[in-house]
Amino acid sequence: MAVAVPERAELADELAKFIDDWKEKPGNLIMVLHRTQLEYGYLPEPVVIEVARRLGHPAAKAFGVATFYNYFKLTPPGRNRVAVCIGTACYLKGASELTDTFCGQLDVELNGVTEDKEFSIEGVRCVGCCGLAPVVMVNGEVHGKLTSDGVQRVIDKYRNGRENPEQAAG
Amino acid sequence: MLNVTIDGKSLKVPQDSTLLNAALENGIDIPRLCHHPDLVPSGGCRLCLVEVDGYKDPVPSCTMAAADGMVVKTNSEELYKRRRDAVDLLISDHPMDCATCEKAGDCGLQHYAYIYDLKETTLQKEIHRELVQDDNPFFLRDHKYCILCGRCTRVCSEVVGADAIEFGQRGIHSYIATPFDVEMRESSCVFCGNCVQICPTAALLPKQRMGQGREWDLEKVRSVCVYCGVGCQIEYLMKKNGNGVPGIAYARGYEGGAANGEFLCTKGRYGWDFAQSTERLSEPLIRKDLAKELGITKQEWQMPEGSPLSAKNAIDNFVPVSWDQALDVIADRVADTVKKNGPDSVFGLASARCTNEDNYVFQKMMRATIGTNNVDHCARLCHSSTVAGLAKSFGSGAMTNSQREVRDCDCVFITGSNTAEAHPVLSYEVIRAVKKGANLIIVDPRKIPLTRHATLHLQAASGTDIFIFMAMMNVILREGWADTEFIKARTENFDEFARSVAEITPEVASEQSGVPAADIEKAARIYALGERAFGTSIYSDVRGHSSILYSMGITQRSNGTNLVLTLSNLAMLTGHIGKPSTGVNPLRGQSNVQGACDLGALPNVYPGYQAVTDEALRTKMAAAWGVEKLPANVGLTVVETIHASEAGTVKVGLIMGENPMMSDPDIGHVEKSLRILPFLAVSEIFLSETAQLAHVVLPATSALEKDGTFTNTERRVQKLTPVLPAPGSARDDWHVFCDLAKRIGERLGLKGVNYDFADTAAVADEITQVSPIYGGISHDRLGTRGLVWPCPDKNHPGTPILHTTEFKRGKGLFVAVPPELPVERPDEEYPFVLSTGRVLYHYHTGTMTRRSAPLHWREPKGYVEISEQDAAALEVLDGRPIYVESRRARIRALARVTDRVPPGTVFIPFHFREAAANLLTHDMKLDPTSKIPELKMCAVRLENPAAKKKAAKATKAAS
Repeated sequence: MAVAVPERAELADELAKFIDDWKEKPGNLIMVLHRTQLEYGYLPEPVVIEVARRLGHPAAKAFGVATFYNYFKLTPPGRNRVAVCIGTACYLKGASELTDTFCGQLDVELNGVTEDKEFSIEGVRCVGCCGLAPVVMVNGEVHGKLTSDGVQRVIDKYRNGRENPEQAAG
Repeated sequence: MLNVTIDGKSLKVPQDSTLLNAALENGIDIPRLCHHPDLVPSGGCRLCLVEVDGYKDPVPSCTMAAADGMVVKTNSEELYKRRRDAVDLLISDHPMDCATCEKAGDCGLQHYAYIYDLKETTLQKEIHRELVQDDNPFFLRDHKYCILCGRCTRVCSEVVGADAIEFGQRGIHSYIATPFDVEMRESSCVFCGNCVQICPTAALLPKQRMGQGREWDLEKVRSVCVYCGVGCQIEYLMKKNGNGVPGIAYARGYEGGAANGEFLCTKGRYGWDFAQSTERLSEPLIRKDLAKELGITKQEWQMPEGSPLSAKNAIDNFVPVSWDQALDVIADRVADTVKKNGPDSVFGLASARCTNEDNYVFQKMMRATIGTNNVDHCARLCHSSTVAGLAKSFGSGAMTNSQREVRDCDCVFITGSNTAEAHPVLSYEVIRAVKKGANLIIVDPRKIPLTRHATLHLQAASGTDIFIFMAMMNVILREGWADTEFIKARTENFDEFARSVAEITPEVASEQSGVPAADIEKAARIYALGERAFGTSIYSDVRGHSSILYSMGITQRSNGTNLVLTLSNLAMLTGHIGKPSTGVNPLRGQSNVQGACDLGALPNVYPGYQAVTDEALRTKMAAAWGVEKLPANVGLTVVETIHASEAGTVKVGLIMGENPMMSDPDIGHVEKSLRILPFLAVSEIFLSETAQLAHVVLPATSALEKDGTFTNTERRVQKLTPVLPAPGSARDDWHVFCDLAKRIGERLGLKGVNYDFADTAAVADEITQVSPIYGGISHDRLGTRGLVWPCPDKNHPGTPILHTTEFKRGKGLFVAVPPELPVERPDEEYPFVLSTGRVLYHYHTGTMTRRSAPLHWREPKGYVEISEQDAAALEVLDGRPIYVESRRARIRALARVTDRVPPGTVFIPFHFREAAANLLTHDMKLDPTSKIPELKMCAVRLENPAAKKKAAKATKAAS
């Protein structure tokens, strides 16, 4: 039968081990939150609270850090994560136009998630391949020298799980 | 010292000064908003900028360390402009609705807007934070008034240690947040309200004050908190007449309070509304059966059988009478009983919540007029083992050091004290020590709130802690960490003691307690050498300063006195006594439990711990009180009184402000005994569970309506001021018992015992005559800081640290004690250990806190803490009822599934009459020296009614 032990998140083994390794090191909170986001794609509330508990940090502090940095997400991303680079080179090569096109075609606001949870889109700082500007990354895959015309092709490539790395792996 | 020039003045300032502190201490004011003297500077508000020669730009004076030869300017046109800009920026994001703002007149931002003549911002007005958090009855957080100074987050972390709030987001989106914006109640907030008190604007306001008037509408009355033994001074902000119903608008910590500074806990700050409860007793009452007997009514009536623990409308059992009628009945009964059965057939229970003056008069009445030493009070149930133990080893049974010294400790050793819940404001001292780098060691079977801050938590199985202490001493001797010089010069009986711990190695202790031997060794080293976690000690001795704090977890044991002696041994072994920030420090639980003991509300001593068995002292006291002789036999203790009542050897009980029907062990037995008692009179502020069993009930004033003095846990005598008027005809206890004593005296033909005191100051003056430790403590000397006894004469400054050069008894006495385990240990039939104690939001038997609306909101019901593992095994759901049964009784409480208790242990707070923990506890074996019962632990079994029902259903279905 269901026994109401207070809800405490079970952590993935590797994350738990990572926490143990970092437990005694100063400045561990950001590292561990970073690792947590890699694990879940975002920072789920019960997980953050459990992570803070294990590290001996107040939950309030973990929340403060998680909301301070743009990088950390407190809401789940879409199944496909579109990251439009708005670094200097990409910006000059029309990143904002590209962003508008993505948002328009996906019918979503920047930093939002589509209604069907298929896509989320965010602007990110330089991803380090300025030669290919403007650059968009989807699920970590680089699409360089992308123009507005090519946006629909990229979206189609990922829609409905066609190029989803998780499913491909499964 | 450093030489610094500020505004042309050459100043000498201490080495670790900041420029701001240097200026403030020399009377030079610098504008500031985010600074608070008790918090680490953050340099955020940019108001305290100063110009320092050699620096290109102005620097914040709050974070700038003073350096030798610095030349500083605190005022210039440039600084004025910059400060004005800083204020301008703040008000561009802050409503300027001062005309209707609660905080007007007491708001830092309003003050500086006025100083810099900013009626409105000169910048673009944009309020970024619109959130209003109105999610609790303690305080309101209105984010639009917040200036992000961070005082609230800092006090929460640096002083209180609750860490409930932090800055969320960043830039213009920053705000003060609970984790994931949960309601305050769901966060780790302890509702102490210290953030509310030090918020410079209206972002945080006490709910109680809303609409009750602004700063200038309210009058301030300073008094001492009615709750625990810390003795916080509180400033009550009173509504003036003509501003609604008179009474308290809100309360705040009094900055000059010796024990608390300006900080308070949730009970002190918010828990005063009990005094204005409609349930307060306002006239004397006589129970209907006695009223019939006396011809006051004709109605036939019998005392109902139901237990007072569940009684409703019990007030209907009584009829109101005049004070004369009530006191005459009591005097008649007492006098008749004394004449017929002798003075020892009467007993009195005094109160740890009444003033020194009340207690003095009460015990004087018992001893000088009635002629018995049968006077005791609930200190018997909390620290009688301390008084006995410390008196034996040191010669004086009280805290050896003062509370303020704890912040400077290098190591704080806490055992059997849930300090953050039972003595919250003292826990702030512990937190401050830890934040500065002190090591905190906790020996406790439960994970108490402070364990999160501890270097080491030795989670000993209930009752096995004595093995840990002895093993620590074994290690200290083995490793040569003992302070041999101190032992040689200041103590005696060391060898016998050393032999007693020789066999108790860490391995032996580990086997008994379940604590790893390595942890015990580590604790021994840290404590003995006073090691810090980081930072440097303020003391320059060879070893750091370690202090022991303990409480009921040590004392409420059948070997309580021995446990206290063990802790004394530990302190003497390492020389951690007689110096600042060291010592053996019993934390007293009630506002005046120290005072009630000091003033002789104990069966074996007169005021000032003068033994009744000492003939010379007896003769002295008899002369002072104007009687021929005083009884020489030691009187009955609380628990013995209950037994004697059952046996019929005592016939009359007089109780002043005590509630043994909740606080004593095995209260089923207490009820039976008190029902048998032929006559019981109780002076109370509410019709408590005990008062319901009385024949006569006298309405008393509460500490909020009294003057007189309380002695706090650090022996500091502080003056009370009446804050509220007494309800109805309620009277101060000292006054009532003077009146009663005179009436009894007349009936017994006793003249010459003085009860004609003009006021409490006159009572205190008589105390100075009879009690040497209070010899110099008259009301006119107390001021705002009070006086710490021993204070033998009018010119003595008081003694915050005891035993500095010599122990009270001469040499400190090492006492060899055996390691004993609790009387009732878990077995097959009753497999769980039950521990009892307090919860933050309630106090003692709950008569006051359970009538406080905000405190009740936070913790409304009795509960039992049970571990996740045990809950799973019993299929108990969090928040669902569960039966807890001991050999005495069975109660029903709500399960609280938690990791605070280890598997095999449950914990029940004893405040809740509907789930009264003390129905379960026992008084089978009292501590042989102090007669304290083992309230802290007994054996119980648990039953899950839901599982039982389910099983019954399954059986039915099967058949």
